[in-house]
Amino acid sequence: MSVPDASLVVSDLHVQFGAFVAVHDVSFDAHPGEVRFLIGPNGAGKTTCIDAITGLSKGTGTARFGDKELLGSPAQKIVRLGVGRTFQTASVFAQLSVLQNLDIAAGLRRSPVSLLRARRGVDASVERALEETGLGTVRDLPAGMLSHGQKQWLEIGMLLVQDAKVLLLDEPVAGMSQDERTATGELLGRVAANRVVVVVEHDMDFMRSFATRVTVLHQGRVLSEGSVAEIQADPRVQEVYLGTAGALSGALAPGAEEVD
Amino acid sequence: MTKFTTRLPLIGIGVFAVLLLVVAPAVLSEHWISNLGKYCCLAIAAVGIGLAWGRGGMLVMGQGVFFGLGAYAMAMHLTLETAGPGALPGFMILYDPLAPLPAFWEPFRSEVFTLVAIVLLPVIVSAILGYALFKRRVKGAYFAILTQALAVALAVLISSTIRETGGDTGLSNFKYFFGYVLNDEANKLMVYLIAAALLVVCLLAVWQFNRSRFGELLVATRDAEERVRFLGYDPANIKLFAFVVAAVMASIGGAMFVPIVGIITPQEIGASASILMIAGVALGGRASLFGPALGAMAIGWGQSSLGSSWPEGWIYILGLIFIFVILFLPMGLSSLFDRAKGLIRRSSDEPGPATPELREVVK
Amino acid sequence: MDELLPPLLNGTALGALLLLAALGLTLTFGQMGVINMAHGEFIMAGAFVAYVTQQVIPSSDLSIPLALPLAFVVAGFLGLLLEVTIIQWMYRRPLDTLLATVGVALILQQAALQIFPAQGVPVEKPSWLDGQIDVLGYEWPLRQVFTIVLAAACVAALAAWLKYSSFGRRIRATVQNRDLAETSGVATRSVDRITFFVGSGLAGVAGVAASLIGGTNSQMGVQYIIPAFLVVVAGGIGQIAGTVIAALAVGIAMTFFAYWTSGSLAQVLAFVLVVIFLQIRPQGLFTVRTRGLA
Repeated sequence: MSVPDASLVVSDLHVQFGAFVAVHDVSFDAHPGEVRFLIGPNGAGKTTCIDAITGLSKGTGTARFGDKELLGSPAQKIVRLGVGRTFQTASVFAQLSVLQNLDIAAGLRRSPVSLLRARRGVDASVERALEETGLGTVRDLPAGMLSHGQKQWLEIGMLLVQDAKVLLLDEPVAGMSQDERTATGELLGRVAANRVVVVVEHDMDFMRSFATRVTVLHQGRVLSEGSVAEIQADPRVQEVYLGTAGALSGALAPGAEEVD
Repeated sequence: MTKFTTRLPLIGIGVFAVLLLVVAPAVLSEHWISNLGKYCCLAIAAVGIGLAWGRGGMLVMGQGVFFGLGAYAMAMHLTLETAGPGALPGFMILYDPLAPLPAFWEPFRSEVFTLVAIVLLPVIVSAILGYALFKRRVKGAYFAILTQALAVALAVLISSTIRETGGDTGLSNFKYFFGYVLNDEANKLMVYLIAAALLVVCLLAVWQFNRSRFGELLVATRDAEERVRFLGYDPANIKLFAFVVAAVMASIGGAMFVPIVGIITPQEIGASASILMIAGVALGGRASLFGPALGAMAIGWGQSSLGSSWPEGWIYILGLIFIFVILFLPMGLSSLFDRAKGLIRRSSDEPGPATPELREVVK
Repeated sequence: MDELLPPLLNGTALGALLLLAALGLTLTFGQMGVINMAHGEFIMAGAFVAYVTQQVIPSSDLSIPLALPLAFVVAGFLGLLLEVTIIQWMYRRPLDTLLATVGVALILQQAALQIFPAQGVPVEKPSWLDGQIDVLGYEWPLRQVFTIVLAAACVAALAAWLKYSSFGRRIRATVQNRDLAETSGVATRSVDRITFFVGSGLAGVAGVAASLIGGTNSQMGVQYIIPAFLVVVAGGIGQIAGTVIAALAVGIAMTFFAYWTSGSLAQVLAFVLVVIFLQIRPQGLFTVRTRGLA
């Protein structure tokens, strides 16, 4: 398969904390136009993969975005290469308004001098992100007052404003209502049209509805990879999620998602 | 309405400027003008602390260092100016009339060099220290303790180099200030006006910082440093900038302190002096615009009036201010003002949202 | 060797004194995250206890050994009082504990100034500390040896207490996860109080040692607090072994600097040393990894 310039290709990623190997030679790739899912039980190493790619943890192997190597650079440099992420616990600036949060994210490419000026008007990219995420009506509220779902959308909006080409989302729908999940899934579908979107998830239902391709991690290794139908049919995946092989409709069926 | 509220701080600075520059000289005696000038110098340093600590979350416990750099740069120049061209400062003659002037004194004969040094010395020192600490993510209490340690070290160094710096007795007996006779009443007023004007300029600068994108970024860094990294900024650079600006302001305050008070000693720049500067900022309100300046003036006033008439009591009061403000009013007296404003707005305008999250935001 | 031995031995003694001053801080700062700037004044309180004990029991041979446990209890109760009145309200605001305790330090200094003579008080050392022992030709004063023995005893006692007693386990549980410890039946409030009592009490012991070496006056706490904190910072939070090494390193380095340059320059150099050290081993080494960025 040919690798387009704007793809994320991770190969042999290895992350170790002391003697404990959290991620063991994991490889996967993600391309614009697909919503890529990383799933797996607790401790499978999903978040650790994202941490290593974004510079929060040290990892070995390679993680290339186009022709740029990401591993080994400080976090802020990786962001400047166009790789953005969200966090399990939504981390927005609680005391700043929604608009200010988005505006800060847009500041990446501003000159130092313009940083010293007050904000006049709203950047077009900020307007677009407000519209895209449906946060236009709460633009002047402090971000700390948003609902949990809105905070996640704000984080995604900040990535859009940042003009991130790779979006790594860590459990974006945890704690969301069913309607919010659907809205988030649709948002991801739109966003993924010209960007790489990688979603770390627990929620099987959500995965089934919106994933294009899925990688299943287990104990730091890749267990299975393929379309939703393919991984659902994989007996090893069923074993990991159920403890026994056999029942197809168990963990992977609606309503049987894990609880953290 | 929104236009008015955003302009409100600017109007406040205007009123403050008129009070300091027009009203005060008209109504106050020469003695009180000199005192007010001293408070202005402390307030200039405090405005910088408000930026670094209140907005940036860096508890700078050693601003005496930068206050001292400016003060000693100015004092060395005034000492040399008083001694006259080619002559040794008086205190050096006492030790050894034939000794050469120490090499680091020589450039301070120049007026231009002195003025440049007052700005550049704190920039260099704070940039090196800040770079070393922020890049290695030293923060919180570690940062506070290290800055305080630097203040102790500098004060001890000056105390012990009596031949080069005047030691514990400090530098004093300045007769001229850039050609003007300091004893002259009109010139004293001029020096006061310079200090007061510089305070207004610093307030304007911080007002602009706070409303700029940089100000938002600084608050964001204070509240969630690691998150800022994932917006593509290096938080170390953001903090470094605020730290350097605060250092320059402290240095300017120190430089003006010298001609107004007429003496600078290591006691004015050491650990307790640095803590006194923090006291004013904490009392007034670290994150507000006027809080640090007004708090510093209040503490300065207490120090020079109560501190001399009732020294035992003053120390107890100072100690209690620290304890009570930090315990009950962490955001200082200015937060009372904000709370009152909030109450009025809530009763008149719309019912304010009272979700638990809002309380978190306010906190 | 003749050149190096005296500063090495004197430096070790200074390091031991710094260690005594820093040991209690390691406990309160490291284990509890409280930055107690009044710790220096607890040292001062210990020194004044030594003085007062000597007024009651004139024989310094007896009064000093008696003053050690007394100072521990007095300083410990001061710490307990501080914890109950102020610190317990601010466990989630560590930087604010620093500022509030600065206020406490000011008040304690002023109180000492009014109770005792301003120029300070003399504390006589016991006769069994007169004299020297011969170390490779250097006459090492016995009181320096005493400081080292005292520091070693305190470190051993504290380490054993934290490691082997059930209370030590409860402290560690509280440090690692306060909420979980609470739900597992650990009375975190009493853990806090006892930790603070012991940490402050150690300052009292340090004060007795300090009274035998330097002056005993209302400003002596100021002199010890910053070097003690530098030791804790360099040693790593909550690491007793780190504190021991850092205290000895700072003590020996400062003594050598003072031999080569001057006492005041030594302080500046010690500061630079700690900053450089933090470049190599910043606090990041000791932080606990958690998910998210909370």
